[in-house]
Amino acid sequence: MAATNITPTRMELTRLKRKLITTRRGHKLLKDKRDELMRQFMDLVRENMELRKKVEAGMEAANKNFVLAKSTMSEEAVNVAFMAPKQEVSLEVSEKNIMSVEIPVFEYKTRTNDANDIYSYGFAFTSSDLDDAVSSLSELLSDMLKLAEVEKACQLMAAEIEKTRRRVNALEHVLIPETEANIKYISSKLDENERSTQIRLMKVKDMLLEDAHHYKEKAANE
Amino acid sequence: MYKIAVMGEPDSIYGFATLGLDTFPFDSAENAGHMLRKLADEEYAVIYITESLASKIKNEIDRYRESKLPAVILIPGVSGNTGDGVRNVKKSVEQAVGSDILFGA
Repeated sequence: MAATNITPTRMELTRLKRKLITTRRGHKLLKDKRDELMRQFMDLVRENMELRKKVEAGMEAANKNFVLAKSTMSEEAVNVAFMAPKQEVSLEVSEKNIMSVEIPVFEYKTRTNDANDIYSYGFAFTSSDLDDAVSSLSELLSDMLKLAEVEKACQLMAAEIEKTRRRVNALEHVLIPETEANIKYISSKLDENERSTQIRLMKVKDMLLEDAHHYKEKAANE
Repeated sequence: MYKIAVMGEPDSIYGFATLGLDTFPFDSAENAGHMLRKLADEEYAVIYITESLASKIKNEIDRYRESKLPAVILIPGVSGNTGDGVRNVKKSVEQAVGSDILFGA
């Protein structure tokens, strides 16, 4: 388990111990970040789903009206009606920060304030179904923008959560156990060294005493 | 100042023009991918694409998934709802959680 390319020194041991503390703290912080991101994401994704269902239902209704309108009008008449749009929509994009994920916030502005400017045609040659279709679509616009905002936020958050989760897992399952194993390896190696030094010293002391007092000779003579 | 684009089959999107959105009708996927890239580079913050067109240029769309702008959003077209838009939301959940725990498989 322990890597063989670490040098079993005291300096390395203190370095590794310090590293382990930092890693543990990083792991805890990232885990908290992941949990909070997840909590926010869950709320957001539920909202996303609701909005999507609403927009899709609205679009379906609007499309139905368009089909109806087309059936009673000639192709050219429809084309002419939509040839020169009166209204113009522009977007103001600002940013919101959720757990260090930057999320765009859309705010839309119409060129004119008159709500009736969405009808770019005279009412004489078009069917009323077309008016219904256009008005239902325009009611949908703010929900569609909200959907765009929320869906983009969900996508960005999902990417961030995935990244954070990978990091947490890497720390939890690779880096922390590895460092712990290395610390264990070094400390057992150091203990081993200490014991062998102790034994060597005892042996040397024995030899020195033997040289000075000749215990063995005396024991033999008696 | 950003703008909003709508891409898709002509029948599905022509109504958006009256609202003041810029419409880009496509019958085939041939130039759609190219157009999407061009729109993304320009000042379009939101690009709505009909599901049927989107399914033909999936790769192009996935490129913008993780970038902040533009937001590429699928909408149902005149031919009906294919469920791709909902599937995209589920994909986000899967990416974040690992499996779809919210809306079922």
